[in-house]
Amino acid sequence: MPLLEIKDLHVEIDGKKILNGLDLVVNKGEVHAIMGPNGSGKSTLAYVLAGKDDYDVTQGEILFEGESVLEMEPDERAAKGVFLAFQYPIEIPGVATMTFLRTALNAQRKARGQAELTTPEFLKRVRESATKLSINQDMLRRGVNVGFSGGEKKRNEILQMALLEPKLAVLDETDSGLDIDALKIVADGVNRLRSPERASIVITHYQRLLDYIVPDIVHVLSRGRIVKTGGKELALELEASGYAQYQDAVAAE
Amino acid sequence: MAELTLMRNAAEQQLAAEWQQAKDTLPGAAPLRAAAFQRFASVGLPHRRVEEWKYTDLRALMRDAKPLGAPPDATAKARARDAGALIGDIDARRLVFVDGAFVPALSDLKDLSRGLTIRPLAQALAQDDPLTGRYLGKVFATDDPAVALNTAFMGDGAVIHVAAGATVERPLHLVFAASGDKPAALFTRSLVVIEKGARAMLIESHEGAAARDYQVNTALDLVVADDAHVDHIKLTREGEKALHMSSLMADVGAHARFNTFAFTIGAGVVRNQLFLRFRGEGTVANIRGASLLRGREHVDTTMVVEHASVGCQSREVFKTVLDDQSRGVFQGKIIVQPGAQRTDAKMASHALMLSQDAEADNKPELEIYADDVQCGHGATAGDLDADLLFYLKARGIPQTEAEALLIQAFVGDAIEGIEHAGLREALIEAVGAWVRTRG
Repeated sequence: MPLLEIKDLHVEIDGKKILNGLDLVVNKGEVHAIMGPNGSGKSTLAYVLAGKDDYDVTQGEILFEGESVLEMEPDERAAKGVFLAFQYPIEIPGVATMTFLRTALNAQRKARGQAELTTPEFLKRVRESATKLSINQDMLRRGVNVGFSGGEKKRNEILQMALLEPKLAVLDETDSGLDIDALKIVADGVNRLRSPERASIVITHYQRLLDYIVPDIVHVLSRGRIVKTGGKELALELEASGYAQYQDAVAAE
Repeated sequence: MAELTLMRNAAEQQLAAEWQQAKDTLPGAAPLRAAAFQRFASVGLPHRRVEEWKYTDLRALMRDAKPLGAPPDATAKARARDAGALIGDIDARRLVFVDGAFVPALSDLKDLSRGLTIRPLAQALAQDDPLTGRYLGKVFATDDPAVALNTAFMGDGAVIHVAAGATVERPLHLVFAASGDKPAALFTRSLVVIEKGARAMLIESHEGAAARDYQVNTALDLVVADDAHVDHIKLTREGEKALHMSSLMADVGAHARFNTFAFTIGAGVVRNQLFLRFRGEGTVANIRGASLLRGREHVDTTMVVEHASVGCQSREVFKTVLDDQSRGVFQGKIIVQPGAQRTDAKMASHALMLSQDAEADNKPELEIYADDVQCGHGATAGDLDADLLFYLKARGIPQTEAEALLIQAFVGDAIEGIEHAGLREALIEAVGAWVRTRG
């Protein structure tokens, strides 16, 4: 059974069609890259997987470990193992990062019938992950993402991912706004989570991130559909030739 | 009896009758009381056409005036033993007032630190204490009818003096408990004078039984001399039938630090009035409040902050959470007097609406008569941010828990200004408990 199976997915927002019959199968152990021009539906796909409620699924199905997630709340999907690293992580003044991390981790554990982590165990895990991502203690004491630079916000997303250990990580343009050092730190964080039991979907506009997170499969998304699928060499090809040919191909239909 | 001719509704007539009956038995200050009642009688209960009371129409809200509270019996005193629990387990010197009267047996007047003097107001007034004679009712001149009624009927309260240079380490905790069974009107008045360079923390707790029908009118005259450092916290958790009116009148000297925080977490109708003047230069003040409202609770914070000298900084931050059919009112006026150059004042009032049926009224005002000042105000009203909720839920935090985190964060912004860590934690815990019992 695939970890994720998307069948003929049609999605609208405010009556405007964004996804038009998208199909995608992701198996455990795989890293998929989804590339496409602006407006092709990449972020919509990410949000729909996570369960944002502004999006209307008008047709199709999303199965996670064989179970439909369309009727599930975002927190239920998270507890099942779906994680979205946001393109624009949100600032939450007044909620300390540590409180947030602990509440999230324990809520997921509770939903899965696991015991809450003890304070020492929790602190140990946070410290280990934070150190690897160059996140200092001061950042953890502040409100979630408050006063963080763009790069710090993205690293904080990866910290959350490392702690929550999702089965499926969806990274929505995690490379945007990162310099090369930050990009390497983020990529290392994602690579550390690679395992035969997990999978990732890396959404990006540029090929650059894929030098560091090497995908097994690359898809081209255009006008709400996957129009081409290939190996990692497809990303390099896109870098050289651009997206124009795929947009034209759909337009000609 | 010219004063009676203006009296219109039942409450006003009852107040006049109470006055006739009680005026010769109330402790001391007869001329001050008579002048105050005359001031009240000339205008009567304020109503919606009186601008300062526009959103809290006392003539409509106060159907009747309760009889003056009788001295507490043993049962009422026993019930008050655990009053003031909102402060958590912090070490404080308790001064307990039950149904408006000082109860020595529940209070701690032992081992007063050097420079600290405490006596009950009733005693001070009866004995013409020079401190009350000098300051009571003179700290901030106002025609406000709630203050006038308080001055006319004031029964008991605390008179506290902290001598120049003295530091009072233990917070002073004034506990006002309405714990009798009968309907009653409770008038308490306190006077606190913190002399030059002295330091003290004053906490007021006001609370009462949910089922009791009572009216509280409490006032505090607070003198903060030059270089003094004063923290004032007012915690209000009254019963749902209670009408609670409170007036803080403060006069703050030069180079002082003054922090005041009003926390309201239970109410029928609450009117919190603050009349503050910065008389000396270079003072820094934080004026904050947080209110959590549900049911049909009505909480009105009305504030006048007067910058009367140069180079003072004030920050006003008020947060209100409104659920069900509750109503929150904020009226804040900052006055910068001529010559109060380099005033730096910023006022913010934010309402978080958890229900379609709640109402928040925000009325910030600036009156500036100096030309070299920085003044600003901001007011918002909105519901929980959908993007923030989605972010929290996407991390596995269920809806109700996500809402609770955001509500705590919203008021936490105001609570974080409290300098006492133990009290800060106790109040954050109280917010958590309130959020967890949301229907």
